Amino acid sequence: MSAADVTAPPTRRPFTGRRVRFGDVALQVVAGAAALGATVLVGLIVWKLVDGSHLAISKYGLGFVTRVAWNPVIGHELYGAGSFLFGTVITSFLALLVATPIAIGIALFLTELAPRAIQAPVTALVETLAAVPSVLIGLWGILVLGPVLRTDIEPWLHSGLGWIPLFGPPSSAGASIFTAIVVLAIMILPIVSSISRELFLGVPPELKEGALALGTTRWETVRGVVFPYARGGVAAALILGLGRAMGEAIAVTQVIGGGVGIHWNIFGTGDTLGSKVAESYQGASTNLQSASLIYLGLVLLVLSLGANIAAQVIVRRVARRHGVTRGGHA
Amino acid sequence: MSAQGLSGPGLRLDRLPQRRRVNHLMEALAWLAAAIGVAILGVVVWSVASKGWSELNLDLLTKSPIQFSLTNAPQGLSNAFAGTLVIVGLATAMALPVGILVAVYLNEFAPPPIRTGVGLVIDVLAGVPAIVVGIFVFVLLVVGHGQSAIKGAFALAILMLPFVARTTMEVLALVPNALREASLGLGVPHWRTTLSIVLPRAAGGIVTGTVLAVARVAGETAPLLFTSSIVGTQTSWNPTHALQTIPVAIFELSESPDPKDHARAWAAGFILLLFILFASLTARWLATRSARKIAGR
Repeated sequence: MSAADVTAPPTRRPFTGRRVRFGDVALQVVAGAAALGATVLVGLIVWKLVDGSHLAISKYGLGFVTRVAWNPVIGHELYGAGSFLFGTVITSFLALLVATPIAIGIALFLTELAPRAIQAPVTALVETLAAVPSVLIGLWGILVLGPVLRTDIEPWLHSGLGWIPLFGPPSSAGASIFTAIVVLAIMILPIVSSISRELFLGVPPELKEGALALGTTRWETVRGVVFPYARGGVAAALILGLGRAMGEAIAVTQVIGGGVGIHWNIFGTGDTLGSKVAESYQGASTNLQSASLIYLGLVLLVLSLGANIAAQVIVRRVARRHGVTRGGHA
Repeated sequence: MSAQGLSGPGLRLDRLPQRRRVNHLMEALAWLAAAIGVAILGVVVWSVASKGWSELNLDLLTKSPIQFSLTNAPQGLSNAFAGTLVIVGLATAMALPVGILVAVYLNEFAPPPIRTGVGLVIDVLAGVPAIVVGIFVFVLLVVGHGQSAIKGAFALAILMLPFVARTTMEVLALVPNALREASLGLGVPHWRTTLSIVLPRAAGGIVTGTVLAVARVAGETAPLLFTSSIVGTQTSWNPTHALQTIPVAIFELSESPDPKDHARAWAAGFILLLFILFASLTARWLATRSARKIAGR
C-alpha cells in the first residue's frame, strides 16, 4: 500500500470506501522521515569529516595519504597517513590470515561434524566472543597476552624464522604489531565463523548427499560441494572481517605501542589509522594537527566503507542467485 | 555448480586409505579449530574473572577515584558507573524510537526499491568504524562547544541505530501477513494495524534486539573518547557535562604504569563483562522463544 493508490483520482467513486486517512499519512511521514534521517546521516558523516579536515586537505592534498611523516613540532609540522595506512593494512590482512582457517574450521565443525549435544553450546560460546568489548580484549592483550608473546613466542619465532623480514628482533617496549594482529584475529574470528556457518547450513542437503552417494569422504564433499557453493558468501564474510579489523581502534591502541615509519618487523611497534586517532584523544596542539587527525579518520572511513559496500554487494548477489537455484528444491 | 573436487583421480578406490587419512586429518583440524575458539573465550573470560574477582569490593561502586593519589586510600569508579548509566540510557532513548520507525517504514510502507536502497544504507552505517563515529560527533557538536554526556550518547545512538533497525525489521518480517490482512479486511486503517496489531505482536523480539544493542554499546570506548572523556573525578549525573564511563575508565587505567590502576581496570572490566554476558545470553534465550511466538507456531 503506497501513497500513490491512496490518493487515486477521485473521479471514480471508491466502492471500497478507501480514502486518504490522516493517520496513515502521518505514520508514513514520521517513519519515512526516520528512514530518510538514517540515510542522510551516512552522507553527513562523510561531509563532516571532509569539512573537519579541510585545513589538511587544502595544504597536503591527496599526497597526505601516502606520505610517511608525523611531526607535530611547531614550526616543523608535517603530517601524512602513510605509516598508519601501512600499519592498518599489515595488521588487518595478517589478522585475517590468522583468523580465516580457524573460523572456517569452526564453521565446518559446527555444520558437518559436531555431535548434536555440543553444537548449540559451541555456537553460543563462539558468538559470545563477539560480545566481549574491545577495551577488555585490549586490557587482556596488554596485561596477559603481550607479556607471554614478548618473553616466549616472539623470541622463539625470531630464532627459528628470523630470516623472514616479518619476524625481526622483538621490541623491548612490551607492545608490538604482532600482539595487535593476534588481538584483531580474536575479534574477527566470531564474525567470520558465524557468517560462514550460516552459509554452510544453506548448502542444499541433496547436493551433499549426492556427493556422499558417489563415495566421497566427508572432506571431499566439503571441498567439492560445500566450498564451491558457499564461495561467494565466504568471500563477503572475509571482506566484512577485514573491514572490522581495519576499523578497530581501541584494542589496537592498547597493544601496538605507537611509532611512525614503515618497517616489516611485526615484533616492533607501530600504529594504525584508528590507533593514531584514538591515542590523540586528549587534544591536538595545533589546528593543522587536529585537521590531519580527522583526515586520518576520513582515510579510515573510505577504506572501511569500501570493504563494507563490496561485501554487501556480494552478499546480495549471492542471496539472489541462491534464492533462484533453491526455489526449485524447496 | 562446479564440482572439481569430485572429478578426476580423486575418487579412486585404490587410493581409499590415503583419502581416508586426509579426511581424518581435516576432521581433526576442524575439531582443533572449534577447541581454539572456545579456549580463547575461556582464557579471556577467566583472566578478567580471576583478576577482577579479587579486586571486587563495594568501594569500587561507591567511591570516586582520587587524582594523583600517593596514599593507599581506597578509591573506586563510582563516577564511571554513574556516567555509563546516564550515557547508555540516553543513547537508548535516542536510538530506539528512530530505529523502530525506520524498520516500520521499510517493512510496512516502503516500495521495494526504497526498501533495498535504505536497507543497504543501514548496513553501510553499521560498518562505519566506532572511532570514526566519535570523530564525526566531535566535528559536528564538540568543536567550539565542548564535550558532554549527551554528545557521547548521540555517538553511541548512531552505533545502536542500524542494529535496532535491522533486528526490528527481522522481527516484523516474522509477523504473519494473515494478521495484517485480517485487520485491514475488518476496515482497520493501515496505521492502526501497524501500531496496535503488528508492533505489539513483535514487541518481544524488539525488546530482545534492544537488550543486545545495549549490551553492545555499553562496552564501546571509541565513540566516547572524543565526546565525553575529559572529566573530573567527582560523581555526577548531569548529562550536560562530560561524564566518565566504564569503558573509557578501563582504557585509561590500562595505559597506566601503576598496578593498582590495573587492578581497578580488571574489577570494572569484570562487572562490565558480567553485565554484557548476562544480557546477551538472556537475549539469545528470549530470542528463540519470542520468534516462535511471533510467527504463531
